[in-house]
Amino acid sequence: MTNGFLKNLFKRPVDSTMVILTFLATLIIVAILTVILTTITISGAPHLSWDFIIKAPEEGMTEGGIFPAIVGTTMLVITMSILGLPIGLITAVFLHEYAGEKSRLANIVRFAVNNLAGVPAIVYGIFGLSFFVFFVGAQIDNAFYSGSLKWGKPALIWASCTMALLTLPVVIVSVEEALRTVTQDEREAAYALGATHWEVVYKVVIPRAFSGILTGGILAVSRGAGEVAPVLFTGAAYFLPELPSSFADQFMEMGYHIFVMSTQSHDVDATKPIQFATTLVLLLLTFSLNFVAVLMRRRIRISRR
Amino acid sequence: MQNNNNNNNDIKIRVKDMNFYYGKVNALKNLNLDFKSKFVTAIIGPSGCGKSTFLRTLNRMHELYPDQRVEGEALLDGRNIFEMDAMELRSRIGMVFQRPNPFSKSIFENVAFGPRIRGERNHSRLSEIVEDSLRKAGLWDEVKDKIKESAYALSGGQQQRLCIARALAVHPDVLLFDEPTSALDPIATAKIEELIVQLKKIVTVIIVTHNMQQAARISDNTVFMMLGEIIETGPTDKIFTAPKEKLTEDYITGRFG
Repeated sequence: MTNGFLKNLFKRPVDSTMVILTFLATLIIVAILTVILTTITISGAPHLSWDFIIKAPEEGMTEGGIFPAIVGTTMLVITMSILGLPIGLITAVFLHEYAGEKSRLANIVRFAVNNLAGVPAIVYGIFGLSFFVFFVGAQIDNAFYSGSLKWGKPALIWASCTMALLTLPVVIVSVEEALRTVTQDEREAAYALGATHWEVVYKVVIPRAFSGILTGGILAVSRGAGEVAPVLFTGAAYFLPELPSSFADQFMEMGYHIFVMSTQSHDVDATKPIQFATTLVLLLLTFSLNFVAVLMRRRIRISRR
Repeated sequence: MQNNNNNNNDIKIRVKDMNFYYGKVNALKNLNLDFKSKFVTAIIGPSGCGKSTFLRTLNRMHELYPDQRVEGEALLDGRNIFEMDAMELRSRIGMVFQRPNPFSKSIFENVAFGPRIRGERNHSRLSEIVEDSLRKAGLWDEVKDKIKESAYALSGGQQQRLCIARALAVHPDVLLFDEPTSALDPIATAKIEELIVQLKKIVTVIIVTHNMQQAARISDNTVFMMLGEIIETGPTDKIFTAPKEKLTEDYITGRFG
């Protein structure tokens, strides 16, 4: 938007119109984000306090804090990362380093992965309920607990499994992207020294792509951390004053907690400040994950120069 | 560099009836050639003549790509390289590439990579190999104080000498150079050329180059290729002063290329 632009405004009307349109579109996005963040911060910040972080909800969720939800969300995120990231990493390594760009099998898997990425989160939730809870869980109960209900009900482990499935496509796509940035020159250098295929992958490609892999992993996890639908039926609890003590327990989750307060509470208006404060905490959590990812990406770019 | 006080006229690699195919395209046609031990042999020819392709078959880099295929034999000390274990072969025939391609690791780890994957774990033994290899590559004095730093901190010419040191660390018999100075400035190029002449005391060198002056300066023997065929081979001074073939003469006098 310099003098040169103004000079050209009438000389090349189509060009200038496109510049203005793209600029306006960008402006709208930034404006929307700003409005969302400001509203949530203004309405949520006053209620934010140390007590809010470390206390359980009280008085039908109109008082107290969200400690069990914070812990539950954290446990969910950690468990799903442990379950999902290794599988995603290994799949991506297989696709890119072993099957290759042109392989038929790899392209079928890629097609499946891309489609999985487009499946609505609630579908994962229903799938998790019917597969993990009613099938896997029930089978475990039948086999080891003579049919008494232990694993065949919504639980932290099943919610984590469902969430891991949801994030898997994101992990696979971003890890493959990271592997793609390793040049063929570096692979050939290792081969020329007598390295085996696995040594090339393990000692050259993965270390080189490591920051990119980590970035992708974090982005996938932060996407999962904000989802509610997959845990709706598979493990999140309406209200639990106590923290989960095993993977078979239910747990509170921040996103679900917001949903519950705004729809199921006996006094929705009284929970408003808590809703916004919870949203703010959830946003801060996912934003800080994204921020770490951005920092890492920048570090890779600098080291590439 | 034609003053050969090198009396060792053993054949290091003997290529017999070699054909190479990219898919169905016959890119190398019936190559027959001997590479002498502890000689520097230059392969020259116009772009697309197959000189790099030929070089890459000698340590079987072409096998990394599915539609590339070789027929015929290449004997390393009498053993067919296409029947050897590829990993063993590549530790005996090392390669230095067109663009410097150090790993994103420290200088030390770059050179130690080869010995490490061959099972060397002893740190003092590794340090010895690293120092020895860097000395042979003429890089030790420049990097001995920053051996733990990233290889990317080095200049392009230093990176290329690091790649040579890395290749030397597994004690190869043969070193293949694929246009090793095409990405370097004249001073760095001169250093690499000096180094290659030094290296023939310990290894057999085969270098592909598009730079005829470079071939004339550093090689003992020269191979001239065109359109996937060997047109002429012989001592470098003969090829450059009195070529037998008309095509060779036309090429080195710059009538095409």
